Amino acid sequence: MSPSIPLQEMIRAIRSARTQCEERGVIQRECAAIRAQFRQVDNGGARSHNLAKLLYVHMLGYPAHFGQMECVRMIASPRYSEKRVGYLGAMMLLDEKQDASLLITNSIKNDLAHSNQYVQSLALCTLACMGSAEMCRDLAPEIDRLLRASNSYIKKKAALCAVHIVRKVHDLGELFAPAARSLLAEKNHGVLHGAVVLITQLCERNPEALERFRKTVPDLVQIMKGLVISGYSPEHDVAGISDPFLQVRILRLLRILGRHNETASDAMNDLLAQVATNTDSTKTVGNAVLYETVLTVLDIKSESGLRVLAVNILGRFLLNNDRNIRYIAMTSLQRIVGTDHNAVQRHRGTIVDCLKDQDASVNRALELSLALVSASNIRTMMKELAQAASGIFHAAERYAPSQRWHIDTILHVLTTAGGDVRDETVPNLIQLITNTSELHCYTVHKLYRALLTDISQPSLVQVACWCIGEYGDLLLKGECQETEPSQVTEDDALDALETVLQSHMSSPATRGFALTATMKLSTRITENVDRIRSIVSIYGSCMDVELQQRAVEYNALFRKYDHMRYLTSVLYVIGSNEEAVVSISVRCSLQVCDLLDLLGGSEEPLQPSTALGLPNSTSTAGGDLLDLLGGLELTPLAPGLTHAHTHTHTHTHTHTHTHTHTHTHTHTHTHTHTLVETEREPEVKNLTKTKLQTETSSLRIK
Amino acid sequence: MQFMLLFSRQGKLRLQKWYVPLSDKEKKKITRELVQTVLARKPKMCSFLEWRDLKVVYKRYASLYFCCAIEEQDNELITLEIIHRYVELLDKYFGSVCELDIIFNFEKAYFILDEFLLGGEAQETSKKNVLKAIEQADLLQEPRHEYFNVPVY
Repeated sequence: MSPSIPLQEMIRAIRSARTQCEERGVIQRECAAIRAQFRQVDNGGARSHNLAKLLYVHMLGYPAHFGQMECVRMIASPRYSEKRVGYLGAMMLLDEKQDASLLITNSIKNDLAHSNQYVQSLALCTLACMGSAEMCRDLAPEIDRLLRASNSYIKKKAALCAVHIVRKVHDLGELFAPAARSLLAEKNHGVLHGAVVLITQLCERNPEALERFRKTVPDLVQIMKGLVISGYSPEHDVAGISDPFLQVRILRLLRILGRHNETASDAMNDLLAQVATNTDSTKTVGNAVLYETVLTVLDIKSESGLRVLAVNILGRFLLNNDRNIRYIAMTSLQRIVGTDHNAVQRHRGTIVDCLKDQDASVNRALELSLALVSASNIRTMMKELAQAASGIFHAAERYAPSQRWHIDTILHVLTTAGGDVRDETVPNLIQLITNTSELHCYTVHKLYRALLTDISQPSLVQVACWCIGEYGDLLLKGECQETEPSQVTEDDALDALETVLQSHMSSPATRGFALTATMKLSTRITENVDRIRSIVSIYGSCMDVELQQRAVEYNALFRKYDHMRYLTSVLYVIGSNEEAVVSISVRCSLQVCDLLDLLGGSEEPLQPSTALGLPNSTSTAGGDLLDLLGGLELTPLAPGLTHAHTHTHTHTHTHTHTHTHTHTHTHTHTHTHTLVETEREPEVKNLTKTKLQTETSSLRIK
Repeated sequence: MQFMLLFSRQGKLRLQKWYVPLSDKEKKKITRELVQTVLARKPKMCSFLEWRDLKVVYKRYASLYFCCAIEEQDNELITLEIIHRYVELLDKYFGSVCELDIIFNFEKAYFILDEFLLGGEAQETSKKNVLKAIEQADLLQEPRHEYFNVPVY
């Protein structure tokens, strides 16, 4: 039998494995050795190492249940190092669902009464982490004893252990109430903190306990005052705040005690005002305390002056540079917009401003803004919201509770404020719709219907036309789970597009969309191809030069390369140079077709691609054409197009997918869609080289 | 706190502390999903996210992500402070701590965490006291035997 290696060597061996298979081999070998070692009676000091090795392996995701009994044995050992690892193992491997967990109850009981406080500590920690209801019932009296008569080190742990016990067995709250009360008189911060957490737990569970503990409000206020006013205490100071952890917990308890109770709320009013005004808000830690204070003020029966103060603090948070603070402000304001509507209205401007931001708080801002809309301010709100529309879209995109909500929100904004929406939102929307493949059917139906009712909003019309062109097949199929079934015939769809084409309200850009969509439908419908051909040829002599050019090229596609019409599925163009780029794209596709001809290219019709929306950068459009054509070596399609290329940021995760969607926020707001196949290789290579580098960088240097 | 996860930028788990009873399978599923979600976040995004019915607070220190799942009533900002305090403790203990320290001394990282948090709550708010306790506990450790000296039966 091979001797097993020390823990750190095993870790090193596992890490230097170059493949998953190799790693598995090392681990299997080690586990076999560990198992063998477990079967032996005594290995001197090696036992704790073996278990530690097993725990490491467990963390990597490998099975370790054969270590459970070893944990039980180790916990019962007289050696501290073995107990330490044994208890650690118990917390990792023996959750309450395992039968073996009951076996350690007796050991824990013994260790709770151990003469050495560090052994007691291990037992307390383990019980508080994984103690089952049964174990808790068994050991509750022990914990109560420790709560009353032990040193601070143990008392603070016993208090939190009691918290766990009460969570598991609600009735036991009664048992701990008296001890908890007396702990408030202690000076030790750890004990105080534990006591406050315990009392909070008792009050949350039991309304009677809540009544009784209300009497502690003056004591809590006293403790809090001491923390806020007292001089500098180096031991508990964090950036000028004295024991923020304790402060926050006291404030939370005060909240529970002051709720629905005038007397208690009165008793804490002054203190809360003091904390609200005196706490330094330049660092996160101060803001953490302020945050808790605000939550308390708004939840208890506070004076109106204090409430205004609290809302103003939230208003200040909204202007904070730190986006975490802004997020907190937003969530808090949302909670109170129902009850303190007017107070929140005062900060409406800031809230709507946050919509222009593109981060997590935006979603909140959106909901909040919508909540603030009332009959009196709807006009101004709509204008403000429209200006912030792109922010809304970004937020909706990232933080939508569901894709459907997302699409609905966008449609809602488009229909109500469509005229004010900036042009670059159209590509954003199209990208979004593209990415939400499950909802293509739903989306195209909704947009089609929107188009029937109103063709005055250019963004809406453009997106609708694009969808009809892209997902016409889904539209014509009829069934869609999310909307009422409706029969849309090919003629209906073409009617809609033609209406857009002919309407005097449609801008040239919009007409371009409609025409392209009509063209795309030719590959998706069966009966009315001739009608499409005639529409397209009509526009061949249209006054609008761009439209004319486009129509002519589409005609060419019809004539020369019928099967290549599928290529138009690849191309849609949005953006400032739309017209030029569209025609260039079409020209490209025609050139490609010519080249293919020369090469004796494909006869089979290419399949319509799933939407690869590629705005602006025709070099990538060309690239995708190449993809479609199976990567034929073709020279750059047109000179001077490469400048349209946008740079991309990609996120890659080595073990998972090869597909990423990227977002670039450039001035022209374009999006590109890249396949990251090729990026995998260098990633893997670099991992070993740079892994060591990154892993040795100090966590503290930021 | 319901649980705390430490993981690298490649998604490798370095520490997992669970304060709620869940099966191994559930833990793995949660870990996998949450790690993916957090790693997909861009650097400019805020440190809080809502995930399932929990609030998740995370912060990146060099190559390690510290990720905590807290309950509805818990204060996100103070959780950030808790994470920071833990990093400070590790830093003091290991002396300019880096990910490698936590990899090769994972059990110590757990011991330190268990001296700072208990049952998911902070048990000691003084940095000095936590470090003192660890120091004392370390002194109780029996010296390790070299493996190669122990006869193999």
